[in-house]
Amino acid sequence: MSARRDKTMSKTHVTTSVNGETFEFLAESRETLLDCLRNHLDLTGAKEGCGTGDCGACSVVVDGTLVCSCLMLGVEAEGKSIETIEGMADGNELHPLQRKFIEHAALQCGICTPGILVAARNLLEQNPDPSETEIRYWLAGNLCRCTGYDKIVRAVQDAAAEMRGAA
Amino acid sequence: MPKDERIPTSGLIGTRPNRPDGLDKVTGRARYGADFSMPNMLHAAVVRSPHAHARIVKIDASRALALEGVKAVVTRDDFPTGMTGETWNLQENTIAGDTALYDGHAVAAVAATSALVAGDAARLIEVVYEPLPHVTDVDQAFAPDAPAIRAGAADHSVSTDEGEPVRPNVMRKTEFGRGDVEAGFDAADLVRGHNFRTEATHQGYIEPHACVAQMGADNKGEMWVCTQGHWWIRRMCAAVLGIEAAQLRVTPSEIGGGFGGKTTIFMEPLALALSRKSGGRPVKLVMSRSEVLRATGPTASASMDIQLGMKKDGTLTAAKGVFRLQGGAFPGAPVGPAMSCAFASYNLPAVQHLGYDILANRPKCAAYRAPGAPMGAFAVESLIDEMCQELGLDPLEVRLKNAVREGVKSSYGPTYGRIGLVEVLEALKAHPNLSEPLGPNQGRGIAVGYWFNHGGETSVSVAIGEDGTATVSIGTPDIGGLRASIAMMVGERFGIAYDDVRVNVVETGALGVNEPTHGSRATFASGKAAVISADSCIKQMCKRAADKWGIDEEAVEWVDGAAQPAGANAGEFPPMTMKQIAAKMGSTGGPISGHHETNMGGVGASFGAHAVDVEVDPETGFTKILRYVVVQDAGRAVHPSYVEGQFQGGAVQGIGWALNEEYVYGEDGRLQNPIFLDYRVPVASDLPMIDTVIVEVPNPGHPFGVRGVGETGIAPPLPAVANAVARATGVRIRSLPLSPPKVLAAIKANARAKATG
Repeated sequence: MSARRDKTMSKTHVTTSVNGETFEFLAESRETLLDCLRNHLDLTGAKEGCGTGDCGACSVVVDGTLVCSCLMLGVEAEGKSIETIEGMADGNELHPLQRKFIEHAALQCGICTPGILVAARNLLEQNPDPSETEIRYWLAGNLCRCTGYDKIVRAVQDAAAEMRGAA
Repeated sequence: MPKDERIPTSGLIGTRPNRPDGLDKVTGRARYGADFSMPNMLHAAVVRSPHAHARIVKIDASRALALEGVKAVVTRDDFPTGMTGETWNLQENTIAGDTALYDGHAVAAVAATSALVAGDAARLIEVVYEPLPHVTDVDQAFAPDAPAIRAGAADHSVSTDEGEPVRPNVMRKTEFGRGDVEAGFDAADLVRGHNFRTEATHQGYIEPHACVAQMGADNKGEMWVCTQGHWWIRRMCAAVLGIEAAQLRVTPSEIGGGFGGKTTIFMEPLALALSRKSGGRPVKLVMSRSEVLRATGPTASASMDIQLGMKKDGTLTAAKGVFRLQGGAFPGAPVGPAMSCAFASYNLPAVQHLGYDILANRPKCAAYRAPGAPMGAFAVESLIDEMCQELGLDPLEVRLKNAVREGVKSSYGPTYGRIGLVEVLEALKAHPNLSEPLGPNQGRGIAVGYWFNHGGETSVSVAIGEDGTATVSIGTPDIGGLRASIAMMVGERFGIAYDDVRVNVVETGALGVNEPTHGSRATFASGKAAVISADSCIKQMCKRAADKWGIDEEAVEWVDGAAQPAGANAGEFPPMTMKQIAAKMGSTGGPISGHHETNMGGVGASFGAHAVDVEVDPETGFTKILRYVVVQDAGRAVHPSYVEGQFQGGAVQGIGWALNEEYVYGEDGRLQNPIFLDYRVPVASDLPMIDTVIVEVPNPGHPFGVRGVGETGIAPPLPAVANAVARATGVRIRSLPLSPPKVLAAIKANARAKATG
């Protein structure tokens, strides 16, 4: 499937799935996926911390792959399946990672939290029992300036243990 | 500590409940600066100087204004003239006048119907510059022949005596001390002195500055902004725009980190001016990361000459320091706190400080976590460690031997009240990390640090709801769990559940002036004011109960969330709960609320001691942190998880400052590393777990003993890491950062010297 671009318009029509729902929007060719999520779909959970793919605050999952949404164009979302922080909880039922982040005080200001949660869930889907080192390297692309990462790593470890126990 | 020093509480203080804003923050719902939007909103972009120092010859916005969707362009001409002092500094930093003073200095701003169009328009604004000579290095800026950045702006403290060279960029000179320093050095067995340098670093909060501003032709305005202190934003914006502060209503968003960097304005007045010029339409202005690094306030860079005298047994006899700090193209580098904190941990018979506040063609510095303290700590703690090595002394025992205690006159003047440095050092000494064996190329570094902590202007209200729950209005933005700690203290005081208290950070119209969340003050000062406000509610609730029972108000006491007769003589009545009193308050005298506002006194200073083990790769110069422990006096840890978080976060920012972070300027005066790829903050894989020990020596000036914990923790890591690297490699490096190339070069030079020597 390819995105439709009306010859009379400067914008491209994009149809994409976000958190299991179909969305349509008009993207300027220069707009990033992050711009489109935030400005066209009102999904402001993903944050722009750098715009250069260095901080991970904009992390989303596209067709199963963890990406920085600031490094992908909005028009590239055509036909893709995107998962954002807004879809992580099942209604009022938090994902274990979300719950453990609160319990462990794994956030201070919280601006990096959505990106880290999305990245951590992606890790646990591939590796349900990561070592501390594996967690640290997986999250090395997600900057947190408040916590020093200690409580984040512990929260991921604890959530992973709980999820393994529940499985 | 003695048991009687503990302040008893009934159960909430010291527990770890979930923070009230946790759910919003793990679901992506929490609204930060850039998440706020308004109907009919415009987007702004800023034109910034590519030159370190240049006269602005001409600004031509005609091509930008011709672009479809562009609604307004502002330059300095849109701002009032005649400002003086710090207001002029703020206005000049917000938007350049005749001269661009640093790479990234705002020159013009534009508002348009989309962020993309605003960006396009900014590129169409033509600015003609005439470059001027520039200087960015602190020692070069200090030189008598340095290019003058603002000739004639020095204050009265800068001597114009004959014989003293005129240093055009020295804005202020500060000198203080006591005792006979030369006699102290004469009495020492070892006197050593060296130059130490630290580079400028950025707070590195992950959320760039962002605001939405609206202001009409009547100069009435509103602003939503990520800030540590919205009353300061209001005051500064109003002053820079020449409007009345009362006409500007500022609402803080959730804040994505600040560390001192969001206590002042950078681009907020531009958004207001653009809104006014475009017919009052709301204007959103969000900085990019490179704008944050180029044009908001990093910390100062420093060059310091430190001299110490020590006896063979480790007793310090005298200390002397010259502190040269550049804080960008404006006065205000944190020279004072750098000097005051440098020797504050030591009981010294003689000490002298001399400080210089120096201009350079860099952005105007802002506060960064214990501003000034890390620089001084790096210099002094490194030198003490070096002298301990030379005399064969244990660096921790030397700290203990010289540690300040209650009743000792501090190096900067005041006599200490109840402080906990000795307790902190004893706790560090007992920590298991200090018994871990070290292998080849490994070293252990120890250092201490100090921060005054701060009270400041504080205004808080507590209101009782009809169901007996409490709403607390505070004016200090919650940057790391503040609402949790305030709810715990208020719940504790009332004797009600944590969940029966809601804490809101309210806008500028709702309270008196509050200073920002800075100086490690929010849990201390807003917490203390909230407890005093709760006490005022309790007094009123006791009166309602007394009136109902027909007994004297003084005969009623408050116990476990209820009014009850104070003893058998007061009468026999069952306790009247907060819920029962609140349910009837409409008919028993009306709303019950409490309020407290003051310039908060009773601050308790905080000392910390850190120990780090590192391994340095002799082939690459790369330093790996093996283990790290932070020990600090919290006074009382209301919510220990968030206290530990402050310790850990401060330590890791300090590790970044020690190992990686620095502002790198090219010969052209341009910042070479304005993105996170090149301005490298610590990432998860750089670090081990950060161990913490919370020491609790209660502050008698707070109802629960709180001191404030945010800032002290960034001072010890710089020297602790440097001391560990020195012991691992056998070579002492007296400038930061300890980047692999620098460490490798030092190792090689040392090996060559040994081979030839």
